[in-house]
Amino acid sequence: MKKNLLSLASAALLALTFSGAAHADRSYAVAANARHQQECGACHVAYPPGLLPAASWQQLMGNLGKHFGTDASLDEASAKEISAWLKTNAGSGRKGGEEAVQGRISKTNWFVRQHDEVSAATWKRASIGSAANCSACHADAAKGNFNEHQVRIPK
Amino acid sequence: MFSFKSVALFFASGLLVLTSAAQAQTTPAAQIAGYTAQSGQPAQTAHGQEFFTGKHGKEWSCSSCHTAKPTVDGKHASTGKVIAPMAPAANDKRFTDAAKTEKWFRRNCNDVVGRECTPAEKADVMAWLVSLKP
Repeated sequence: MKKNLLSLASAALLALTFSGAAHADRSYAVAANARHQQECGACHVAYPPGLLPAASWQQLMGNLGKHFGTDASLDEASAKEISAWLKTNAGSGRKGGEEAVQGRISKTNWFVRQHDEVSAATWKRASIGSAANCSACHADAAKGNFNEHQVRIPK
Repeated sequence: MFSFKSVALFFASGLLVLTSAAQAQTTPAAQIAGYTAQSGQPAQTAHGQEFFTGKHGKEWSCSSCHTAKPTVDGKHASTGKVIAPMAPAANDKRFTDAAKTEKWFRRNCNDVVGRECTPAEKADVMAWLVSLKP
């Protein structure tokens, strides 16, 4: 009886593992933070925190006065709340644990590998502009959905 | 005469009024009046347009992202994100939160002019934006 229970449990575990692996893309969805949406999302897609590890977010949040050529500085309370939320929900593992390269998500090895079929000309289309514009092709990017089957590359 | 409960309720409701007053929405006109009071001179619409559409020794002007006629959507010059119109006539949410107005003037003036804008410059720009009709 005990043995049966054990094998049932391991079968269930195995099933769980496989159903997880069956997803082509992992989801970066987390419960949204209103300040993150409002402040970060004012100028660009509010990049899901799971795209970078905590150390990279910390570095970025400590340098908002010079944020990719613009002043994105915040009041202390907002910066503190957003930093804490980024840290809690930061990325790890193969697609999200790699530290930002030149401060950018789009220069990490996994990002580059993931997008290697997109030509330079495609990136430069007016409807896309740059790799910063996730939502041009991933409509639900701000919600953490980067599912490969839902990608629509605009003309 | 007054029960503790009613006194407590009185203060609680007073607190509620105070709290909502602190977050009260403001108007573009009230903010222009605040800036002109600081600068000691009336707002000049034509100056505002010049300031908004012109460059100030750096790569961007205000209109690089907000367009030269901001009754229409703008587009962030580096990320491409759509920015709702700046003119209150086309977007009634504009300049209704004083802290937000100040935050964006502080950052964007730094990007465009390399310093904070003066109260006179803010009044001029706002006066021009308010004068625009869709």
